[in-house]
Amino acid sequence: MSETIVSFKHVSMQFPGVLANDDVSLDIHKGEVFALVGENGAGKSTLMKILYGLNEPTTGQVFVKGEEMKTFSPSTSIAHGIGMVHQHFMLVPSFTVAQNIVMCGEPRRHRFFYDFDKANQITNELVREYGLQVNPTDRVQDISVGLQQRVEILKALHHGADILILDEPTAVLTPQETDELFAVIRSIVREKQMSIIIITHKLYEVMEISDRVGVMRQGKLIDVCETKDVNERILASMMVGKDVLLDALERTEQARRQDSAIEVEDLYVTDTRGLPAVRGLSLQVHPGEILGIAGVEGNGQSELIEAITGMCPIQRGTVKIQGKSTKGLTPGKIRQLGLAHVPEDRIATGVAAPADVTDNLLVGKEKAPEFSVAKIHLKRRSIRAYARKLFEKFDIRGAGVDTPVGSLSGGNMQKVVVAREFSYDTPVLIISQPTRGVDIGAMDFIHKQIMDKRNAGCAILLVSADLDELYRLSDRLVAIYEGKITGEFDPKTIDKAELGYYMTGARKEAEA
Amino acid sequence: MNWESIFNVGLLQNTLRTATPVILAGLGCLMTEHVGIMNIGIDGMMIVGAFVAVLASYFLGSWLLALVFALLSGVLLGLFYGLFVVKFKSDEFIIGVALNIFAGALTVFLLRTIFNVKGAFSDPAIVPLPKLSADWLESIPLIGPLLNNNTLLVYVSWVMVLVCWLFIYRTPAGFWLRAAGEHPQSLRAAGKSPEKMKYLASVLCGAFSALAGAHLSLGYLTMFSENMSNSKGYVAVACVIFGRANPPLVFLAALLFGFIDALGTRLQSVGVDPTLTKIFPYVGTVLMMVLLAIRERAKKKAAQAAK
Repeated sequence: MSETIVSFKHVSMQFPGVLANDDVSLDIHKGEVFALVGENGAGKSTLMKILYGLNEPTTGQVFVKGEEMKTFSPSTSIAHGIGMVHQHFMLVPSFTVAQNIVMCGEPRRHRFFYDFDKANQITNELVREYGLQVNPTDRVQDISVGLQQRVEILKALHHGADILILDEPTAVLTPQETDELFAVIRSIVREKQMSIIIITHKLYEVMEISDRVGVMRQGKLIDVCETKDVNERILASMMVGKDVLLDALERTEQARRQDSAIEVEDLYVTDTRGLPAVRGLSLQVHPGEILGIAGVEGNGQSELIEAITGMCPIQRGTVKIQGKSTKGLTPGKIRQLGLAHVPEDRIATGVAAPADVTDNLLVGKEKAPEFSVAKIHLKRRSIRAYARKLFEKFDIRGAGVDTPVGSLSGGNMQKVVVAREFSYDTPVLIISQPTRGVDIGAMDFIHKQIMDKRNAGCAILLVSADLDELYRLSDRLVAIYEGKITGEFDPKTIDKAELGYYMTGARKEAEA
Repeated sequence: MNWESIFNVGLLQNTLRTATPVILAGLGCLMTEHVGIMNIGIDGMMIVGAFVAVLASYFLGSWLLALVFALLSGVLLGLFYGLFVVKFKSDEFIIGVALNIFAGALTVFLLRTIFNVKGAFSDPAIVPLPKLSADWLESIPLIGPLLNNNTLLVYVSWVMVLVCWLFIYRTPAGFWLRAAGEHPQSLRAAGKSPEKMKYLASVLCGAFSALAGAHLSLGYLTMFSENMSNSKGYVAVACVIFGRANPPLVFLAALLFGFIDALGTRLQSVGVDPTLTKIFPYVGTVLMMVLLAIRERAKKKAAQAAK
């Protein structure tokens, strides 16, 4: 059981400005499920990309089955029996399942021609052998994400992998698909003596699936332990390096105020397809409180936020910010009413990915007298000093202020967005999915920032798919279902199961 | 107006002749289109091919060597284009435009220094491409005169449409080519280099474009004139977009273009102002693009409605 199949010896990986892996030595055993956990940017993916030949380590050696890897390229790694299922799938959308599986090892007819029948046949044999159901002739672009992941696994197996790396495999899966994936992992490990390395930051998954677990922090391998010897709390404190996880946030008592900073009245909004998404919704947010919106995704939360911030048109109803109607105003003008917005999709709308951290932090303040002369000429020096200050205050890690935001990890990218939006010092904050895909350390930090804003008297509207987050932060909770509010609650008195009824519309039907 | 003098076999013959360089250049352009490069340098590659073909034919006295050298020039230009676009990751449009300007100026310069003429060079010593015909075909009405007595490259272009289609949709290499354009990381993860496929496409594009140029100067006419490609390279790009980079569809689009061009020439003979008829093919190209845009939009709407 404890035969070593992969061995990292003193591996370091230096990227421009970042030491992504710092002297990592690690052995993976044959036939085990090894979980690699750590915060965003801890170096897990970098280490695995070395094994798969996508990165060449700066120093150190990698041994696979006793043999040293001399050159680092995917083709040599594949030849060593290593397969990798990437976080973003490596599939060609317009090709069929079978065509993707056999890619670069295509069966041929008459030497030159692609043998499609043989490719389908190979796929069907793999399906039978591993019990992973896929239809070889479906186009990848037409199948679900869960199925696409199976195609990725089958592809690796077809290329002869007996060491399989899964990079955050459950991030894109539904709970049911996750269960199916874990069943598959267990069966291939048991029956084929495969070794699986799974990168994740969901700790309950580590406890459920892995035999051993390695914890990484800031490029270093902190510890490797038997999964049965640890629990989620121990792992979490190893990941962040301190045992201060999710302490209660300091919530100052605010005088109950009756004036509304955000006032939404009988709002109707359609989605991009022209179908009704928000249907007659009204709400108010008072200064010094956090109103949390709980709902299953796709029930109009996104459209509600976009309507309030002016990013999509309102069909009917009114939105008032600080008592002034947003009717006919552009998103920029609405911001001038005193609103800042942390959007749900940070890459699409939160940052300019190719621009550096400094420029992303500056956006919206470029005409302020401290940063520009006569609103025309930018004062680069004071801008940089300001960016450095925010950079440190918000504990953005991974590089310097000159790094393109797009190359930061998700958590740090989110910190850039939060740093910028919070530094406008507006009385109203609209915050959507503030910690999606963000590790625990960054999440805790962002939560504290949000609570500080509340304590300072901000009116905050918070949308999140994470119920724990809503319970931790909200003063009031409302449930949204099919574009309508189904109930308002005090988070201290309603439990999650009860709230869940309202989020799925069940309670309303029961009453009706 | 005499309709007979416009719509006759001659019109169809002209259609084929005008379409051929666009077909060949289109086949080159669709290769780069499949690897995700919009190559507008085709016009320049054509004009260099046209010039080199005349040069080789005049000095070496052989149409075969002329084709070989034209192909070589195309391969070199393709490598040059690939070097900048794939290796140095420069903007494909800028390089394409630069290539066109460079090719236009280079051929004018060489024309003046080597042949000492301005505008155009023709000489009886230039050996044209051979014309092929079969006697038994001649007896069939319409088809006979249409299929017979065309320049070699006309037939080559037809065969190449089929060969290119087989290559792209029926061989593993064709799949790698398309993967390199659609999702390069997946090709890299599977162990093949997307950059190599992009180079291959650039080189094929250069070779086909140079053949198109050789047809202009040795098949169509037997001379070289400045800017003789007459923006046919751009038309080829339009045909590739219109035909969604699928060789048979690009072939049809090129024929449509050839027909409009030939029709314009015919109309001149019945007294329509030539300055007006000259814009026909380009107006046709614009209309084709508009049509495509309308169709795409309808398709998107239908897809959305289906969801």
